[in-house]
Amino acid sequence: MKLVWAIIKPFKLDEVREALTQLGVQGLTVIEVKGFGRQKGQTEIYRGAEYHVSFLPKVKIEVVVPDDLAEQVVEAIIKAARTGKIGDGKVFVLDVERAVRIRTGEADAEAL
Amino acid sequence: MKKKLSFGLMLVLPALFAAMPAFAEDPPKLDSGDTAWMLTSTALVLMMTIPGLALFYGGMVRKKNILATLAQSFAATALITILWMVIGYSISFTDGGPNNAFIGGFKYFLLAPMGLNATSALAPTIPESVYMMFQMTFAIITPALIAGALADRMKFSAFLLFMAAWLLLVYCPVAHWVWGGGWLGAAGALDYAGGSVVHLNAGTAGLVAALMLGKRKGLGTDNMAPHNLAYSVIGASLLWVGWFGFNAGSAVTSNVNAGMAMAATQIATAGAAMAWMCAEWIISKKPSVLGMVSGAVAGLVAITPASGFVDAKGALIIGLAAGIVCYISAVHVKKIFGYDDALDCWGVHGVGGALGAILTGVFAMKEINPVAAKGGWLEGNFPQMILQFEDVGATFVYCAVVTFIILAVLKYTIGIRVSEEVEVEGLDINLHGEVVHG
Repeated sequence: MKLVWAIIKPFKLDEVREALTQLGVQGLTVIEVKGFGRQKGQTEIYRGAEYHVSFLPKVKIEVVVPDDLAEQVVEAIIKAARTGKIGDGKVFVLDVERAVRIRTGEADAEAL
Repeated sequence: MKKKLSFGLMLVLPALFAAMPAFAEDPPKLDSGDTAWMLTSTALVLMMTIPGLALFYGGMVRKKNILATLAQSFAATALITILWMVIGYSISFTDGGPNNAFIGGFKYFLLAPMGLNATSALAPTIPESVYMMFQMTFAIITPALIAGALADRMKFSAFLLFMAAWLLLVYCPVAHWVWGGGWLGAAGALDYAGGSVVHLNAGTAGLVAALMLGKRKGLGTDNMAPHNLAYSVIGASLLWVGWFGFNAGSAVTSNVNAGMAMAATQIATAGAAMAWMCAEWIISKKPSVLGMVSGAVAGLVAITPASGFVDAKGALIIGLAAGIVCYISAVHVKKIFGYDDALDCWGVHGVGGALGAILTGVFAMKEINPVAAKGGWLEGNFPQMILQFEDVGATFVYCAVVTFIILAVLKYTIGIRVSEEVEVEGLDINLHGEVVHG
């Protein structure tokens, strides 16, 4: 199993969710986060006084999928979340050791 | 205040007195239309301070100081009401005998002579209770405006004492000079609703106070971005609407002058909002919401002295000029000089008030208001400009000196600024024991 961990622009969340649903992904977790990358921050100006905002709002998606689906999931996220402009985000893939569905006790691939 | 001014002038200028024999020989009776409009205007102007100004300023400070900022407007409203009742109205708007050029009298101490049927010679068609109340709302908003310069760092105790002393030592005398029968009104300076008495006066006091308090801790390094500009938009909108009471109410009657003043107010405000927005769009690349509402307030300020004296074209030009000049003063001039006029009390009210007072001398028209008997500069009456500069200069100098003295006394007795710890932690929790949750 793989954990696909994607940080994307918040307005792209719906498109990503739709693309993953079409691949058969059964569920995912979304977290609102702040951070910075190459996009750096933004500058706010109030009556001439400038304030640099270092951390921009992003959305982090966490989805655990069977090994054979991981590559397609990554591709789908990249396709759906890309605008071509700086700040589109990143995707990480991590190994997952174990998964259990709490209600039934099903394990690993069955639990996803 | 055309009417106030005109009756003020009647007391001192025989020529004008003769020009209006109807008033002189047969004192007008109470007029229910005038009274109804002035009751309404009084409520509108009170609404400008609470909640208008309170929200306008409250939205611009940091979250830890919003309640303290609202408290300044609210407490000033209550405190000044009492002082106005005790002696403020008396020394502003009653006859001062031999000293009348400079200050009113003491006979209205505790409003003693103001019975049910009393009227003021300055507003003979409405009950004096209404006139006293209308003027009270001006006396409330003027000191409350100064709070914009003090934001985030003044002790509440010092603030209240400052409000009280400033009202009696600065506002009341200056209001008397211009509207209460004193020397500036008698000389012929034109100030319809308070360009110098209210706005330049408050702005000057704000500048002096900002210099004496010093900069907010962390200015230029910490994030001092407004915590909720939506409040500021609501506040500015309430100011805009309430200002019809301020300017059109300053006709002190419900007549053609009130109508023209209302039209001029709306037109100038719109012009200034657009001018500030466009100037900012060109220079800072984005038309900010704070810029639009600041521009509107600048326009309201600048049209205040002119509103009953100019036509629609004059109003538009004054508004456009105010938007650009106040944008430059609040955004760029402040940066150059480095004083911390936190919410731009001087940049908007001081500069806008002075600009409006001077442009009143340019655009005043005798066709619009016979009180401007020779019109302004555009109608060939250049000497009006000298009077307007005298009005601006006298207000600025007197206000700056007396404000400095009041604050110096407070500074070296009880202190005017909160401790660094309180300032960093926030005024709300430390001064008032409350915070905004959520």
